[in-house]
Amino acid sequence: MTEIVANQTPPILHGPTEKEKKYDRQLRLWAASGQAALESANLLLVNSGPGVSGVEALKNLVLPGIGRFAIYDEATVGEADLGVNFFLDQSCLGKPRAQCVTSLLCELNPEVEGAWYPNAEDVTTLESTLATSPLFTAIMYALPIAKDTLALLEDYGRRNRTPLVAIHSAGFYSYFQISLPGAFPIVDTHPDETATTDLRLLQPWPELVEFASDMTKDIDNLDNYEHGHLPFVTILLHYLEKWRETHGGANPATYKEKIEFRTLVQKAARTNIPEGGEENFDEAAAAVLKTVVQPSLPSGLKKVFEHEPKKPIAEGSSFWIVAEAIKGFHAKHDCLPLRGSVPDMKAQSKVYVQLQNIYKAKARQDAAEVLETAQSIAPGRHFDAAEVELFCKNAPFVKLINATEGDESESNLGAADRLREVTAQEFASDENAELTLAPLSLLPIYLALKATSHVASASADEILADVAKTVPGANDQERVVQAAQEVARAEGGELHNIAAVTGGMVAQELIKIITKQYIPVDNTCIFDGIASRCQVLRL
Amino acid sequence: MASAQAYPSSEPERWKYLDRIRTRAGPFTNDGIFDGSMVAGQMDKMKILVIGAGGLGCEILKNLALSGFKDIHVIDMDTIDISNLNRQFLFRQADVGSSKAEVAARFVEQRVRGVRITPHNCRIQDKDEDFYMGFQLVVCGLDSIEARRWINATLVNMVDDAVEDSYTPLIDGGTEGFKGQARVVIPTITSCLECQLDMHAPRAAVPLCTLATIPRQPEHCVEWAHVIAWDQEKPFPELDKDDPAHIGWLYQKALARAHEFRISGVTYALTQGVVKNIIPAIAATNSVIAAACCNEALKISSSCAPALGYPDDNYMMYSGNDAIYTYTFKHEQKDDCPVCGNLARELDVDPAWTLGELVESLAARPAAQLRKPSVRAAGKTLYMQSPASLEAQTRPNLERTLSDLGLREGDEIGVTDPAFATVSFKFKLKFTKKS
Repeated sequence: MTEIVANQTPPILHGPTEKEKKYDRQLRLWAASGQAALESANLLLVNSGPGVSGVEALKNLVLPGIGRFAIYDEATVGEADLGVNFFLDQSCLGKPRAQCVTSLLCELNPEVEGAWYPNAEDVTTLESTLATSPLFTAIMYALPIAKDTLALLEDYGRRNRTPLVAIHSAGFYSYFQISLPGAFPIVDTHPDETATTDLRLLQPWPELVEFASDMTKDIDNLDNYEHGHLPFVTILLHYLEKWRETHGGANPATYKEKIEFRTLVQKAARTNIPEGGEENFDEAAAAVLKTVVQPSLPSGLKKVFEHEPKKPIAEGSSFWIVAEAIKGFHAKHDCLPLRGSVPDMKAQSKVYVQLQNIYKAKARQDAAEVLETAQSIAPGRHFDAAEVELFCKNAPFVKLINATEGDESESNLGAADRLREVTAQEFASDENAELTLAPLSLLPIYLALKATSHVASASADEILADVAKTVPGANDQERVVQAAQEVARAEGGELHNIAAVTGGMVAQELIKIITKQYIPVDNTCIFDGIASRCQVLRL
Repeated sequence: MASAQAYPSSEPERWKYLDRIRTRAGPFTNDGIFDGSMVAGQMDKMKILVIGAGGLGCEILKNLALSGFKDIHVIDMDTIDISNLNRQFLFRQADVGSSKAEVAARFVEQRVRGVRITPHNCRIQDKDEDFYMGFQLVVCGLDSIEARRWINATLVNMVDDAVEDSYTPLIDGGTEGFKGQARVVIPTITSCLECQLDMHAPRAAVPLCTLATIPRQPEHCVEWAHVIAWDQEKPFPELDKDDPAHIGWLYQKALARAHEFRISGVTYALTQGVVKNIIPAIAATNSVIAAACCNEALKISSSCAPALGYPDDNYMMYSGNDAIYTYTFKHEQKDDCPVCGNLARELDVDPAWTLGELVESLAARPAAQLRKPSVRAAGKTLYMQSPASLEAQTRPNLERTLSDLGLREGDEIGVTDPAFATVSFKFKLKFTKKS
């Protein structure tokens, strides 16, 4: 190595790579980890009918750089395809639709690999496509679909634990339905910035108590600058201490007491100064109702704690072991592992950084305890410390999707019963809609589309006859009759706009499932292009 | 109903799916205004304007071309950047540096036979009212609030009660990450974008003293480099936010400052994000929002189904972060909207404020968001941003208090801003004493 060391200018800035530049706007949403997950994913679209929604979904996945996709589609390109599908042109007429769409989709991103079937060579059926392809991460299929084709896909999904997404779009209506192979937990849910986190003001640990009392022990004699730069966390801890002195050692608990406490804090601000008030005390007062609380167990995490995986926990994925360890932590300490982040607040830089470090150190300590418990649950298992830390950090926001699913013996009868139950609920709540000002249910759209799951198109009467079989009585409801007429109007045809709305939503969902970030739909999303709104139902 | 006759367009087989819906009534179609036999012919002749050829614009052009519109114009002043390629699917690596409007128009014209797309590679402000009068519908896919407000004000001002063609519906889409909105404005009839301005409040600015003396967050270090260090050191004649050398300089400065204050988290991407105010964007969300907008365009143009706008819902909010959630509602028109209302909007002010403080406050108020305001009251000019001679003459007023200038509770002031040349924002002063 003959590097010149002397007289060096500062190192050349490591700017972003070409790939980072290209993907900049999405890396800000799902970071390098999400991108890596996308790039190793392999998707299959089983297409039929006009088949535009699935192609639009693929467009939205090829662009951000999905690893590989394949299309299985037996159709040849006809004139009508050119009026609704953007990834075909005049020269495609008469050629295999899968081939033409794949080639025009691949143009969008040279880093993505695309395959199409049936091809004229070796792979001529869906069965051989499934058998010869690298394992699919997820499969989308367009409805209507032949029953035996669907059975093939469902079988593949069961055997390989592959998520399936059914897509049905006709005229102004569409829905998609996600079938996940089992309970699906998400740690990295990206809660809103406004979501409050526990600062543990009611259960401070010694280092925090010491830091705060050190800063506030002589609070009345601090000069105006120091007083005006006390971080609000220390202000609240100080006045909580004062409060307890006059309230038999108890913290403000009721709403009324908290308002009283807030007034106490507000009154402690100095007003005989040029600014007329103190921003840090304003921040402290504003934070009382949100942070002076004994945090309850968030519903998402509660669901995780209550979930009973089929396998013994120690044999399952590390998620369930860490969840069990956090459950133990919560039982022992009556609080969750500390998140470790501190919101921005008026403070001197040095003081703020100290406070941040106190929170970070405690968060690391809590995570280490959780890791230790996890190891004792599953001795000999290796746990990624960073993963455990992330789980601890996000514990209040963890979500479990598809919690009751995953029972492989769940029969079609179960699904049919559930649909009847949900229908009854939806119609009942529609009766009160005028009072509650709630939007009317979109379930009629689902019922009408579902009636054409296996036929290219149907008249309104045929649709209603089928609805009568699935959900007796629903066919008499006026809104179901209208939905059936609207579906019949399309005769199985897609509108490009509705396909693009649906394909956009499906792509969002697949991104969430593949990256395990944000929270996927559980499990059916219905879109009404006339009212321009959607509804999510668990069906 | 489904057996009703369809009225095919000139290429019946190609457009059969579309014609089934747009040329024959469904259960929700308003028969009083719908005439299926006229739809295809009318839409063939319609002129529709797309504003923006970026993430939403590319989708909008594709969607309109496949919705039966034949005469589409697109206006955008931008050139293609590499960071566009993850979603602006009409552009390729080789197009980087070319005009967005031109490349997008050419691509869609070639892909969809029979559609004509006319590109305008310029700012929207470069076109006059006659230009905008030539369109029956405007669809916006913009990322700037300022451009939206400009086109909104222009379309509202075009309305002439006596001329039926002067009401040009405006359909507007916007996205951020997994979220977005689609809305329809019928100028002067329904709530306009200015009425809805407070739904898009600007992010609260960090106080200058925090940047200068007590930074705590990595963003504070970047803002310090951007606002203070750059001005002091002037490393390049003018800041070009797209020049990696300039961003690199800011990054180094911010990094050094973060070091000094032991703040972690300053990265190149963060620096770029803060300085350029980058909004995360993906194809999937643009696909949803653009198509929701174009779906309204189709319904409005054909009356084949009820559309957003008048008389009920006019706004769809969409969020895909936590499952999928939409909220579609009617945003009410505001009587005191500076653009489409008749009443002056109330403005809380402290009479002890200087005019300078009032002028400054207009930028941050969610309902005003005016960055270079000039102020008049009762025929008197209190402060003018330009020309320079007038600015110099009126500048001393900035130091005087409102009461000193003779302003009283209930007085109306008129505010103009070069970003919205056609509009005079009317405000009514409401005195509030600061506690």
